[in-house]
Amino acid sequence: MTKLSYTKALNRALADALAADPSVCVLGEDVGAGMAGPTLGLQARFGADRIVDTPLSEQAFVSMAIGAALAGRRPVVELQIPSLLFLTFEQLANQAHKLSLMTGGQARVPLTCLVPGSGSREGWAGQHSDHPYSLFAHVGIKTAVPATPSDAYGLLTSAIHDDDPVIVFAPAAAMAVREDVTRPLEPVPLGQARTARAGHDVTVVALGAPVPTALTVAEELAPEFSVEVLDARTAYPFDWPALNRSLERTGRLVVIDDSNRTCGFAAEIIATAAQEMPLAAPPRRVTRPDGAVLPFALDLDRALQPDARQLAAAIRAVMK
Amino acid sequence: MTPPDAPVHRLPLTTPADRYRAMRLVRGFEETALDLVREGVIAGGIHPCIGQEAVAVGVCAALRENDLITSTHRGHGHVLAKGASPHRMLAELAGRVTGLNRGRGGSMHAADFSLGILGANGIVGAGAPIAAGAAWARAGAGHDTVVATFFGDGALNQGVLLETLNLAAIWRLPVLFVCENNGYATTLPADGSVAGGPLGRARGFGIPALAVDGMDCEAVLTAAEQAVERAAAGGGPTFLECATYRFEGHHTMERRMKLSYRTAEEIAAWRERDPLPRLAASLAPGEPDRIDAEVARLLADARAYALASPAPLPDAACEHLYADGLRPRAGAAP
Repeated sequence: MTKLSYTKALNRALADALAADPSVCVLGEDVGAGMAGPTLGLQARFGADRIVDTPLSEQAFVSMAIGAALAGRRPVVELQIPSLLFLTFEQLANQAHKLSLMTGGQARVPLTCLVPGSGSREGWAGQHSDHPYSLFAHVGIKTAVPATPSDAYGLLTSAIHDDDPVIVFAPAAAMAVREDVTRPLEPVPLGQARTARAGHDVTVVALGAPVPTALTVAEELAPEFSVEVLDARTAYPFDWPALNRSLERTGRLVVIDDSNRTCGFAAEIIATAAQEMPLAAPPRRVTRPDGAVLPFALDLDRALQPDARQLAAAIRAVMK
Repeated sequence: MTPPDAPVHRLPLTTPADRYRAMRLVRGFEETALDLVREGVIAGGIHPCIGQEAVAVGVCAALRENDLITSTHRGHGHVLAKGASPHRMLAELAGRVTGLNRGRGGSMHAADFSLGILGANGIVGAGAPIAAGAAWARAGAGHDTVVATFFGDGALNQGVLLETLNLAAIWRLPVLFVCENNGYATTLPADGSVAGGPLGRARGFGIPALAVDGMDCEAVLTAAEQAVERAAAGGGPTFLECATYRFEGHHTMERRMKLSYRTAEEIAAWRERDPLPRLAASLAPGEPDRIDAEVARLLADARAYALASPAPLPDAACEHLYADGLRPRAGAAP
């Protein structure tokens, strides 16, 4: 049994994809040196023609990756800072995502956008701590937020194989996780949730770094309630049948979501559950505040992120 | 209902007569499209390229069959000159299932990947980095493909275009940057809004840049041929600034507005330089008239084809959104 780190899992997913398919390539800033972690050592193995260090021109190189995808490559672009997604929103939302529909299905854009270190990095302040997966789910871009090293491998692998653009958020808080890997690493389908912990009183939906938080809280509350933790794995597409199955057993729902509250991932899950699924009590959500900009001071940064205490309170509230 | 088949269409660009025919086709296509906008058959509107035909035809005449293009919101000429069926193009503008994009794209997004047309684009400057990426991919796979990207003078002030010029230069990408300088970014004069001038922008990145008379198809062809040859041989990008003019407004809505950003004298002076009679003058007597009649018949047929084609069914509005057929949830719960 080996301990696999999250970053190493991303690295292995990239290496396996690069080795298996010559059309796979990586473009990004400092990817040759491997500054962000996932591309470490890849340039030495696969060459500078496939692991391409780009100048600081995010809009152009993301768009170039789209053009390369149209011409038969499977590019992975790495954006080292989550807020670079805002800078390249035009390229991702208005070009990559729309080309298939606008061309009547002629265009294929097998582009993967890997964002290592999304969410709070503790101490990196307002412009380096965003976690905008809800924004891309809203747009309709396939959006994965792996919580574990084996899912990091599996979801990144599926993203690269997918013929549509996919954004893979690697939360900063999850990247420190190491996992005992007992089974071979394999692709994880996009849109298939994972029951991280079975229970029968209440369903907690989590995504990314809050998954281990939810598991910890579930253990703490185990003497009182049986908490099921559903790891969504992808914000879009979301596994609605899995949620329905879980709610048929529990009838109670809490969502923990490291997004801003308005129009966030949790809002959609709760709205759909309220409209279409069996609920015995009003659902609850734990999120960042509306309009959150993470302040620098550590206590302020942490104060705005959904945490275990808030989650436990929300679970108790729906169990009343 | 089975959509009709569009007739197989060939558009050779080898001889001056071929290129005249292509320019007449573009001109006549735009005139037909303007009629269809007025008749309400084409929803929204179009950005007609009447007056700019020589750039589209001259550049596409220099491209080889496997070369690629990206285009702009004013892109009908580029798409047709690269060989797209006027029947299917007109059907696309009319929002029919037989359209190039199955009625999903319309005027600003027309594409035919089978002909190397990677699409017009509704965002100014957005086609250039896509072209550079396609050029990078093709070159990396060992092909000598050249990608021509058309853009207007307005795009010269888009940051992403400047980023792309840099990347194309440092990586010696086989890209032909074709600036159609028609004098106006919508209503803003290019004179006075592009510091350093269009050629200066390219030369600042070390890219060979050439001023071309964009009203002279043969001059555009000559310049583009040299650029294509250089790019295909690994010599990197070239920038052509083609001085041209749109005889019509920015878009069809402008016809209903009384705008004064251009004088009647200025428009008349450019009309004197119309690229069609200019090339026609070099053809055999009677040849232009014969070609005009031939193109008129073709376009009448294209118009009939578009009008006879069915519109897509509303139930299919989300088709083609995802490559794997992922069906998004409906807006109203079942």
